[in-house]
Amino acid sequence: MLGVLLLAFSVVSVASAELCKPDAQNAFKVRLSIKTALGDNAYAWDANEEYLFKAMMAFAMRRYSSKSTTQISNVLLCNVTDRVSFWFVVTDSSKNTTTVPGSEVEAAIRMNRNRINSAFLLSDKTLQFLKISTTLSPPVEPSTPVWLIVFGVVLSLIVAGIVFLVVSGIRKHKKKNKESTERENLEEKGEVTITIENGIPCETLDLKAGHVNGVFAADDERFTSL
Amino acid sequence: RQSPGSYSPKPGWRGGGAGLAEHLWAGSSNRTAAHLQDMEKARPLWDNPLQFVFACISYAVGLGNVWRFPYLCQMYGGGGFLIPYVIMLVVEGMPLLYLELAVGQRMRKGSIGAWKIISPYLCGVGVASVVVSFFLSMYYNVINAWAFWYLFHSFQDPLPWATCPLNSNRTGYEEECEKTSSTQYFWYRQTLNISPSLETSGNVQWEQALCLTLAWLVVYLCILRGTASTGKVVYVTASLPYCVLIIYLIRGLTLHGAVNGLIYMFTPKLEQLSNPKTWISAATQIFFSLGLGFGSLIAFASYNDPSNNCERHAIIVSLINSTTSIFASIVTFSIYGFKATFNYESCINKVILLLMNTFDLEEGSLTADNLSEMKDYLMAAHPQEYAQLLPQLKNCSLEAELDTAVQGTGLAFIVYSEAIKNMEVSQLYSVLYFAMLLMLGIGSMLGNIAAILTPLTDSKAITSRFSKEVISGFVCFINCIIGLIFTMEAGNYWFDIFNDYAATLSLLLIVLVETIAVCYIYGLRRFEKDLHTMIGRKLNWYWKTMWAFASPLLIISLFIFYLTDYILTGTLQYQAWDSTQGQLVTRDYPSYALAVIGLLVASSTMCIPLGALLTFIRKRLKRERVSTVA
Repeated sequence: MLGVLLLAFSVVSVASAELCKPDAQNAFKVRLSIKTALGDNAYAWDANEEYLFKAMMAFAMRRYSSKSTTQISNVLLCNVTDRVSFWFVVTDSSKNTTTVPGSEVEAAIRMNRNRINSAFLLSDKTLQFLKISTTLSPPVEPSTPVWLIVFGVVLSLIVAGIVFLVVSGIRKHKKKNKESTERENLEEKGEVTITIENGIPCETLDLKAGHVNGVFAADDERFTSL
Repeated sequence: RQSPGSYSPKPGWRGGGAGLAEHLWAGSSNRTAAHLQDMEKARPLWDNPLQFVFACISYAVGLGNVWRFPYLCQMYGGGGFLIPYVIMLVVEGMPLLYLELAVGQRMRKGSIGAWKIISPYLCGVGVASVVVSFFLSMYYNVINAWAFWYLFHSFQDPLPWATCPLNSNRTGYEEECEKTSSTQYFWYRQTLNISPSLETSGNVQWEQALCLTLAWLVVYLCILRGTASTGKVVYVTASLPYCVLIIYLIRGLTLHGAVNGLIYMFTPKLEQLSNPKTWISAATQIFFSLGLGFGSLIAFASYNDPSNNCERHAIIVSLINSTTSIFASIVTFSIYGFKATFNYESCINKVILLLMNTFDLEEGSLTADNLSEMKDYLMAAHPQEYAQLLPQLKNCSLEAELDTAVQGTGLAFIVYSEAIKNMEVSQLYSVLYFAMLLMLGIGSMLGNIAAILTPLTDSKAITSRFSKEVISGFVCFINCIIGLIFTMEAGNYWFDIFNDYAATLSLLLIVLVETIAVCYIYGLRRFEKDLHTMIGRKLNWYWKTMWAFASPLLIISLFIFYLTDYILTGTLQYQAWDSTQGQLVTRDYPSYALAVIGLLVASSTMCIPLGALLTFIRKRLKRERVSTVA
């Protein structure tokens, strides 16, 4: 009786050892970077975490194929290293000797990737299934590119400024023309005396407080007073 | 109509009438007295001397201070480069700057008019200045367009140059972006959309064309009213860059790894002082950094009050320009240090990850400190696997990262944006930085456009027909249309041609002729007397020696060096972007590009002898006509 049990056990363990080994058919390598993801809050990888992993794989298989037959015992882990990395296979629940095809496992994992990641508090980068390439999420693109909006705002401000300056320049020019014709009319009537020096009306010269040029300070005496 | 009693001498020189004017300039030529009486409308002036100083600073402090000086400092001996730099500043920079400002303030005309007054045979010098300024304004505003582009793209999270875009089936990143970095990809592909060579011109990029139009509209807005508008704008364009540089200095010095950059770059390597290229680079940098020979300084100074103390202003502007260069290089080197340290640490982390994954080692067992020992141990323990891994293991070196010396648009748009994307609150720093680049660029553009517009507005023939606004608009419009060449796919290659050849040789010749003209044709003693009349102080012997001997000799030696360099190099080459490799490759210029280069140099330098020749012919014809009449 004992001998039969031992034989059965050894057969099972040999079988599982054959099913789950590195680079076996339908086997996947998993790599976790817990310390990188969580830093000081990192948990240690022990048998309980392995149990959770097996449970998540079984959950994924059940959800994917909607057959509620995959058991936790169908998920086999092996070659756990310090890194933390290991290989796993999912055996067929009906026959314990064959493994579920890799494509099915891959599809199941892809479908439930988010759930698996969040169960371990990790992300796509820190919980890697080495044969399963991740699809990268596209960046969010608004309907009109942001730069066009900012461009439009700046452009309208600049154009408004130009239009304002041009229009005010034209208006000032018209006013000056009107004033000069008025002044000419007044001059002819002899009513306005404008101080003119050297043909230049004094008002147009900028008579701001200048500073005395030392060369000339002495020259005032040269001119006879008027 | 003159009322009695209005003639009275006032303090300062402007109040005098015809008689006083003649008395003033009796020592000078009669030509100048006649030209003063010609002034029917008063020349527009700066509101106060501060506007003039700010305008000069805004013009002189440009992109060259930020992207060329740090490169030179790094290449030619770090801290030791400051020695030839300061010597050249004293020997060449200050005297030539003072000369141009004095000429402009004295003659009160733009470059063409001013040199015509000095000697009618020298009108070609003014025309050459205008031509060179025209070439410069054509291509310089494209940099502002690029700055606008980056500025507008800084309002996104994450910054668009922080990550590579995904490829079509979303399994990875774009191939070209993988080979190079995301910042280089953003610059070469998404900004420039650069073609593989000069020959393949490609289409005009509408996004860049829009930004270029906007840049020209901004410039038009600033120069629309002449000194009235320019004077207000330069308050902003001169001071904002300093605010940003200070912010960046504080931020840069507190970045991780900044000190590495500062120590590496500033340790003086005094053996470089024996390299003649060091001295030539220092002289060239001072020369071009101050913007001499374009006519912009003459134009700005011509709007001055004639009793303005331009000697003091010349010293102030040149000192501020050089100090800004040094200040900007401190910021740049701290950014370099940060970027190099960041890249070095990423490289180390990549190596650690690779080793951990291959040998399934526990996380945290490999650190940067024990990496070399662990590598030896692994090599001994698992020799076969290690040998397989060896080609992928890169040797990470901090010095190699620091040694990458970059200048020009590469530094401003690639290196800086790479450093910015790794900072916290990167959008804010990005906006500040590109706004600063924009201010620097627009400040320099204002000077260039003033150099073109002032001679045009001085000429009676043009101002009688068109108003100032129309002339400015026309100049901006023409430049914008021609500038569209630089927005094509091969546009950056044409930009490099203009940047390297449009101004370099011609400016040296122009400034040389200017110095010789003032010292020997006009007469140094006569000029000295004019300055004494204007400013009221005697000219220091230092200025006289520099103008008469030192600066011309220096310019002649620079000129000879450049000519021999061009001749010895043989075929001219350029850097083209190869998208398949993801890096720059060297190619030869096609023959039509060489023709364009020759045309650029010839069209400005030939103006000088042609101008003299034309004046000579005109005088001969007039004399013959007079003699036949008599």
